[in-house]
Amino acid sequence: MFQDRMGLLSDPNRRRALTNLLTRLNTPICVLCYLAGVAWFMGLAFEPFTLRTYMSENAMGSTMVEERFPAGERALVTAREFGAHKRKSGAMPVDWLVKTMQSRGLEVYTQSFSRRLPFPDENKERYMVRGTNVYGILRAPRAPRTEALVLSAPCSPDNSNNQAVGLLLGLAQYFRSQIYWAKDIIFLVNEHDLIGMQAWLEAYHHTNITGMDWAPLHGRGGSIQAALSLELSSDVVTSLDLVLEGLNGQLPNLDLANLFYTFCQKQDILCTIQEKLQRSDWDSVSGYSQAVQTMALMVLKQASGRPWGDHGLFLRYHIESATIRGINSFRQYKTDTTTVGRLLEGMFRKLNNLLERLHQSYFFYLLPSLSRFVSIGYYMPAFGFLAVILLLRALDLWVQLGALPSVTEDGVGVTDQSSSPSLVSILTPVVISHLTGAALYTLPVLSQELAVQHFPVSETEAVVLTAIAIYTAGLALPHNTHRFMLAEGTEQGWRVLKLVAVLYLAVLLSCTALINFSLGFILALTLVPVAAFVTPHVPKVLSAVVMVLLAPGCTLLYCVFAFQELQEAPVSLIDGWMLFLSVISQGMLDHALYGSLVYPLLALFIYPCWLILWNILFWK
Amino acid sequence: MPTLTLASARSPFRDEFAEELAIRPLHSGDIHASFQFRTVWGVDLLQATDPRFLRYAILPREIVCTENLTPWKKLLPCGSKAGLAVLLKSEKLFHSSYFSQAVHIRPVCQGMHCTVPSWEMRQTLNVVFDLYTSGQGKREWSMFKIKIYVDVTDSPQGELFELSPPTPLLSQAVVLGDRRTYSVYDLTDPGTFGKVRSLNLLVRWKADNGDMLRPLLHGERYVAGFGLQTGEIHTLIYNNHPYRAFPVLLLETVPWYLRLYIHTLTVTSKNRENKPSYIHYQPSKDRLRPHLLEMLVQLPPNSVTEVTVQFERALLKWTEYPPDPNHGFYVGSSVLSALVPSLVAMDTNITQEHPLFSSFFLCKEESSYFMRVYTEPLLVNLPTPDFSMPYNVICLTCTVVAVGYGSFYNLLTRTFQVEEPSQSLAKRLANVIRRWRGVPQL
Repeated sequence: MFQDRMGLLSDPNRRRALTNLLTRLNTPICVLCYLAGVAWFMGLAFEPFTLRTYMSENAMGSTMVEERFPAGERALVTAREFGAHKRKSGAMPVDWLVKTMQSRGLEVYTQSFSRRLPFPDENKERYMVRGTNVYGILRAPRAPRTEALVLSAPCSPDNSNNQAVGLLLGLAQYFRSQIYWAKDIIFLVNEHDLIGMQAWLEAYHHTNITGMDWAPLHGRGGSIQAALSLELSSDVVTSLDLVLEGLNGQLPNLDLANLFYTFCQKQDILCTIQEKLQRSDWDSVSGYSQAVQTMALMVLKQASGRPWGDHGLFLRYHIESATIRGINSFRQYKTDTTTVGRLLEGMFRKLNNLLERLHQSYFFYLLPSLSRFVSIGYYMPAFGFLAVILLLRALDLWVQLGALPSVTEDGVGVTDQSSSPSLVSILTPVVISHLTGAALYTLPVLSQELAVQHFPVSETEAVVLTAIAIYTAGLALPHNTHRFMLAEGTEQGWRVLKLVAVLYLAVLLSCTALINFSLGFILALTLVPVAAFVTPHVPKVLSAVVMVLLAPGCTLLYCVFAFQELQEAPVSLIDGWMLFLSVISQGMLDHALYGSLVYPLLALFIYPCWLILWNILFWK
Repeated sequence: MPTLTLASARSPFRDEFAEELAIRPLHSGDIHASFQFRTVWGVDLLQATDPRFLRYAILPREIVCTENLTPWKKLLPCGSKAGLAVLLKSEKLFHSSYFSQAVHIRPVCQGMHCTVPSWEMRQTLNVVFDLYTSGQGKREWSMFKIKIYVDVTDSPQGELFELSPPTPLLSQAVVLGDRRTYSVYDLTDPGTFGKVRSLNLLVRWKADNGDMLRPLLHGERYVAGFGLQTGEIHTLIYNNHPYRAFPVLLLETVPWYLRLYIHTLTVTSKNRENKPSYIHYQPSKDRLRPHLLEMLVQLPPNSVTEVTVQFERALLKWTEYPPDPNHGFYVGSSVLSALVPSLVAMDTNITQEHPLFSSFFLCKEESSYFMRVYTEPLLVNLPTPDFSMPYNVICLTCTVVAVGYGSFYNLLTRTFQVEEPSQSLAKRLANVIRRWRGVPQL
């Protein structure tokens, strides 16, 4: 009677049947799950499966604003003047900016900063960075300085982005004569792009996360509610591109993207995301492939964990922000600066109407186009299918571990003296793998001077090559690991070790995917098959080749090629390799300069985890 | 001085009303207008103030608007029907960049030996008309038909700006420790209007935008840090006096939901620790009373003193959140009170002949004047639950996961063995009888 009422899992017979089913069908189920995960992900870009974007924030939805910004031409004149001053002084014309901002009725302050990079940045050719940020505050009339909005334009050393500064000054002048502002507006021109922005933000919030030297700010505007960063390098633009991906894959609230899209529609401006125009023919192959490419680009950019515009650093401070980038291509349809100014005016007026911070809409999303989005509830199953493979493998191993003694009694397996493997034999590979990871994390930057002295390479090359050397040296670990072990590895030993590794990987990837879905998903795509199939009994050479090809380092290499391909700028193998090297150095710099977590995650956790699996392959 | 005496049954000495307008062209080109009204009425008995009944309260979120102005105007003897109050048109006043209105009530003495006790109600309204929003960027301004003091201290000979028509009447007063000269246009005097019977007062600027003058004492406050767990309140107190140090009393009331770590309180000036000579701290009680922190800090000359204290953001109960929790929570402004050293020696004359605003800031000492500065309020975000659907989804998901996990855990850890149930005595007896009878057993 009691047995009849027992649940599915408590009934020993049914339980045995279920575990039998799971162990017998484990491999097919895992393959199915993997295919389902990939298919689900590819399906996300299919338009009927996605949702249309909509404005969730009441304060920005229903209120009407009228844009009247008239002075686009004058802004361009200011831009040329700025360019002339910049050329003359060879750096940012701080005095001219201060004077111009003051004459437009702003409260102007400057901030100087300096930063020594851990090693020279060869992409931007900088090592010791000194600069000055100039910002002017438009005080909202009668408001108590509690809230602020930021409009920023980076001042780059070459001739680009002058138009952005011109438009910023033009908008400042126009905004100053309006009385409807309820939030202070900060107009910021930052030097040395992200480094200047980091210095300004750290000083504004009086924190020091990255060890930068900055002068304290003397004027503030309260808590910043939203920020827009502007990049314009031509007098007319054909389209505006919205950049959302920020530090560590953080994204601003979707309402900010909706706001941009709404005003592009209203002002009749072509707007893109990932520099890809939306197509209306979603049911055709090319329309679908366009959506997939847009989404894949977003995934790759988000996974990189680096800020893709000056807005990216605001997100750490819970400030919703985006970069608006003017694109001038060979299209017929051109938009003048006045219209771009009106777009920004409209966006700022709506942001000014905000009663609360932007919080109504999604923070976790993927965009296959500007008008369609995939929310976290839709894209998580794609990762879930991959993660469940790890759990199934773990279950299988667990069941095998429980069943193993009976196998040995039958005399089929090797008879062991101790039924359970010693803790040391399991811990040794785990600890050694993590030590290698720690070496990969710390040594490249620490040993650059040593490397430069002994080899004919520059500092940057030294750092990158050291990293690659340590990474490769890690592959020789299994031989060294066994030296530390007193007893021979047992059949049960590798099973326990693999169980630990698989569960560890599952936890790592799940946590990563929760914070940065793209990174978690890309890592899962390559690491999950490795974790699923590796045993000491598979053919060694072939498996070793497959494992190396699916290692985190190679994943990064594939991502570099895929990114170039998706951007319609394919590279040759040699160029791709050079790009790969520079991506590694950029990743380390991003970590040191802005606190990006991708490099430490890969070096300290993912790579050691992969090394444990590598150890299992060569288990003796 | 335009003094309007109310018709009253009492002696005219005891009930009186005075009003005036002081205008100061600021260096930036903005215009500062200060309206002053004083109502004095006699009472028969003045009670001494009992400090036990002193209360201090702030409402940091209030933004002044017409709703605040109308009742304020009703406190005037003639409302907005007569006198300077006619000028207080809200649609113009609220198109300004700064607006502040105040009511002060205090007991005053009339006569030499303080024989007649009376109350004084002082109403002040300060507005800064913005150069860029109300003047379209033009720095010249003019006006009609009001009675005015125009501050010409910075331009005694008309170097900086020129007043037209010129007036021979000059008046000197000490305001905030600074001797200032005023051109006076007395509208009660028909001579002011000249022959055309109208006065068009005009300021014409000669010099370019000047530097912004910083007041001797001012403060600034902000929240440092990021994230929703901890933070730090920074209060910057500026002493811009070139050579005099003076003490300042800092009063902070912080709501209980910012849990101040008082051991992290630091006061630094010029990169050195500045030990406050007096600290009074009353810790908060959750949901009952805020933190109260009062301290006396000596400000070195020409310095910035930074007071920092760390706090932790408390978790509120979910019913305690306001309807707009994501806006953030306000922390009221801190108050700096100080005797600021004066730039000139204080006039000791009786204030009767002097403008009202000169006597408004009471002087305790000859060489200093009392000043109270309010810093800006703060807007702090507290950890806020997502009150919308995802919150429920998370709860549901957690439940489902917990149930699933429970089953799996059961499966992995428990073993079940089939056990033959032992038969009861009655059943065994029944079976014995059945066997004896030859019928199938139970």
